[in-house]
This record gives sequence, structure tokens and C-alpha cells, in this order.
Amino acid sequence: MKKIKLAVAAGSFCGGCDMSIINLNEMLIPIEEVIELVFWQVAADFKFEDVEALQDKEIDICLYHGPIRTSEHAEIAHLFRKKSKVMIAYGSCSCFGGIPQLANPYDAQTILDSVYTNGYNIDESGPNQNYMRPKSEYKKGRAMTLPKLLDSCLPLTSEVDVNYFVPGCPPVPTQWEMLVDIITNFIKKGELPPKGTVVAGETALCEECGREKPEEIVINRFRRPFEIDPDPEKCLLSQGIICMGPATRAGCGGQCTLGANMPCRGCFGPAPGVKDPGLKMLSAIASIGGAKIEAELGPEGLKKLMETIPDPFGTFYRFFTPEYIIKTKKKVAEEESSKK
Amino acid sequence: MSELLNPEPKVIAFLCKWCSSNAADLAGVSRMKYPANVITIVTPCSGRVDPTYIFDALAGGADGVIVAGCHPGECHYVTGNYKTLKRMVLVKELAAQMGIEDERIHLEWISSSEAKKFVKTMTEFIEKLKHLPPNPLRNNRVALEAKH
Repeated sequence: MKKIKLAVAAGSFCGGCDMSIINLNEMLIPIEEVIELVFWQVAADFKFEDVEALQDKEIDICLYHGPIRTSEHAEIAHLFRKKSKVMIAYGSCSCFGGIPQLANPYDAQTILDSVYTNGYNIDESGPNQNYMRPKSEYKKGRAMTLPKLLDSCLPLTSEVDVNYFVPGCPPVPTQWEMLVDIITNFIKKGELPPKGTVVAGETALCEECGREKPEEIVINRFRRPFEIDPDPEKCLLSQGIICMGPATRAGCGGQCTLGANMPCRGCFGPAPGVKDPGLKMLSAIASIGGAKIEAELGPEGLKKLMETIPDPFGTFYRFFTPEYIIKTKKKVAEEESSKK
Repeated sequence: MSELLNPEPKVIAFLCKWCSSNAADLAGVSRMKYPANVITIVTPCSGRVDPTYIFDALAGGADGVIVAGCHPGECHYVTGNYKTLKRMVLVKELAAQMGIEDERIHLEWISSSEAKKFVKTMTEFIEKLKHLPPNPLRNNRVALEAKH
């Protein structure tokens, strides 16, 4: 059988996605039979020069994980898009922005300030007495450069064209079974699924989660996961914990809700048909908060109840970059580049 | 008073069918004057206003959004305006976190007889927006202006 060329490229990654590939264990054997690895820096010492030397579209499939955080990540994304036939956004970060996108409300300057100057217990007594910080350019004799920290942290789609999405933080082996099917189908018949296919479940997580769900869910007091020991049989929302399950795509098999007795945080991205999971979930949570005692609580009481939800951006948009932010950030970046 | 940062702000007002839109009608019939910067959209209930509408309006070029409904306890659908109230608390907090001033989003209870309150709310809101810089989310403003 003809082998196909696979590359695993990375943006601002944590290593979890690489581990998820290694974690496939014996599943790697049939995969190894059909692929030839062209690039994967975690597995072996590949160089970017080798990739640059390849012809355009020579790589068959490229898995890109991690969001675009620095100028280097954008360069890597463009390089691999040029060299590969199929570009797959692998993991929540490259699909939607992931955890790093929580930095999006701040620009690069604010992030550097809070890390190197204003951060908790940073003062003259520490190792960084002169409040030094990384610069993208430095010249003392010979000019040296470092990748520039961008003002945004956006998903892969903001830079390049993406063929398929494999969400998950990190993706799970069942998704790899689907992915292997796609790859073998591609080798045998040359067929590929339609562009934009999401390699995961086709329902919301609640369908997969076997917890007992009541007829009607009402939350009279919001609780954070550490505040109570949740009943492992009952729906987490009915116990007052904000679980992103209703707005999140299935496919993980309820790893958090069933396996760890923890609420879903939404790493599989929006459920099919949902454009903006954050606002939809916000709307749903607001509807069920104190739903039976609204008149009793009155406007002030309801306001107080809603204010007990800390950090709406981090709760409802933990993995998903809102479209509004993507648009604004790109516009600001365009304006700045046109100034230069 | 501080300088005018945005002399002609654009405002989208979501008015509920049973109270606030009637107040707007009454204001019109009574020949009351209020700034022409408001574009009104009538919804069946203020509870129908999905948070997506608010952010779409802001991303589409509006400098401010007003949601107006019946007074608490007087909703035609019994609890619709309570749901709006709860949503707006979270929406305002979320907007502030996303770098949009939460003053741009305003919730007001206006019953169908309160034409004066309607005029006052609109005038005051627009006056406030004039002293804020143009909306940071404004991307398609050119497109919106071309349409009107």
C-alpha cells in the first residue's frame, strides 16, 4: 500500500495534543503502516528547512495544533498550508482558540506588563530587578530576532484555510478511529469528506452523558465545583453547577461529567448548528437561574443571584473565541500593518 | 462637560411589543421629540432578545443597544422580562470583560403609557454615548451606513 506523508505542526501548544497521539498506544501500529512522518518536532529532530525544501502540496495531511500566539506560529501555519494537501486543525486551540484565547481581551503590551512588571510578587528583590522583558529585536553588534508576541491569540482559521477540525482538549482515541477511516479511505479510493467536517459527535454532549436529567432544571443557587461534592448520578446543572454540556458537541464520551464528576467546560466547541456557544449558554443559564421564584426575588434579588456567577467570559467562552473578537483583532492588526 | 467623541452615535433599540413599542408610538402620536439616532426593532417580548442580537448589533456598527420591556411583574408572558433582566446582568459583565464599555448596553422598563420616559431614556442614552469613543467592535460600520 502506498504510504501517505503526515506532518504534525504546532503553534502555541502545551504538548497535550502530542501526548494524545502518543497515547494511542497499539492504535499507532496500523497508523504507522500507512503513513510516513515528514514533520513532528516532539517525536524526532525534524527541521523547518526540510519542510521548506519540499514541493508545494507534497505533504498529504498536516495536523496543526495550538493557536496563533506569535508571529512565528503564523509563519508555520502559512508554510504548512502551502506544503500540504489537507490541513487539519487538531485540538481545541487550533479549532477555536482554546484556553490561550482567554488572553484575547488584553493586548501584547498589557500581557507583558502583567508578567514582567505588575505581576504578583514581582519587585526589586526578585531575580528580574531591572524589569527586563523579551524584545522581538535586539542589536548589539549582530542583530538578533525573536518571534513577536501578537496582540491576539486566534484559531488557525484566522490565518489559513482549514479542511477539517478535530476538536478536543486533547482529542480522544475515538476521534482517531474516525480519522484513520478518513485516511485509509483517502489512500484506497482517494475520497475525502466535505470540507469543514468536524471529526467528533453529531449531537450535544447531554445526549452522550448518562446522568439522570430532571424534567425541568431550575438553579436557585449557583455553585462552583469545589463548593459541593456533586451526586455522580444526577445532572450537574440541576445541582447548581454550570455545565457547558447543552451547548457543546458530543464525541468525548463524557470524560469529565461521567469519568471525573466534573462539569463540562466546552472543549469540543459548539454543538452542531450553534454559532456562538458562549452567548447561547449564557442565555440558557440566565433563563433557569431562579426560574420558579422570580417574582419572589424581585429585580434586586435576581441581579444578586446572577452576580454570583464569577467571570462570565472565562465560564462561557473558555475554549471558544467569539467571532466579534476575531473580527476586531484582525481589523486592528490590518490597520497597524497598513500604518507601517 | 467632556468633549464630544462621537457626535452621531447609532443606537439599536429592542422594544417589546406590548409595552415599550406602544410607548414609542404614543411618543410619536403626542409629537414628542427625541434624537433620530435610534433605530427601533419590535420584538414579541423583551425576553425574546437573545444576547446574540445585542452583540450582533454592536459588531454590526451600533454604538449602543437599548432593551426595553414591561415593568417587572407586568410582563404579558408573566416572566419574560425577568429573564431579560437576568441575561442583561451577565451580558453587561461579559461585554466589560471583552473590552466593550458596559454603558453601551442599557435595560429600561417602559410601560405603554410612559412616552415621556421613553423620550427621556433615549435622549439621555444618546447624550451619554456622544461622550464615549466610537464602538471598538465597529467593523461593518461602512456597510451599515451605506444601507441607510
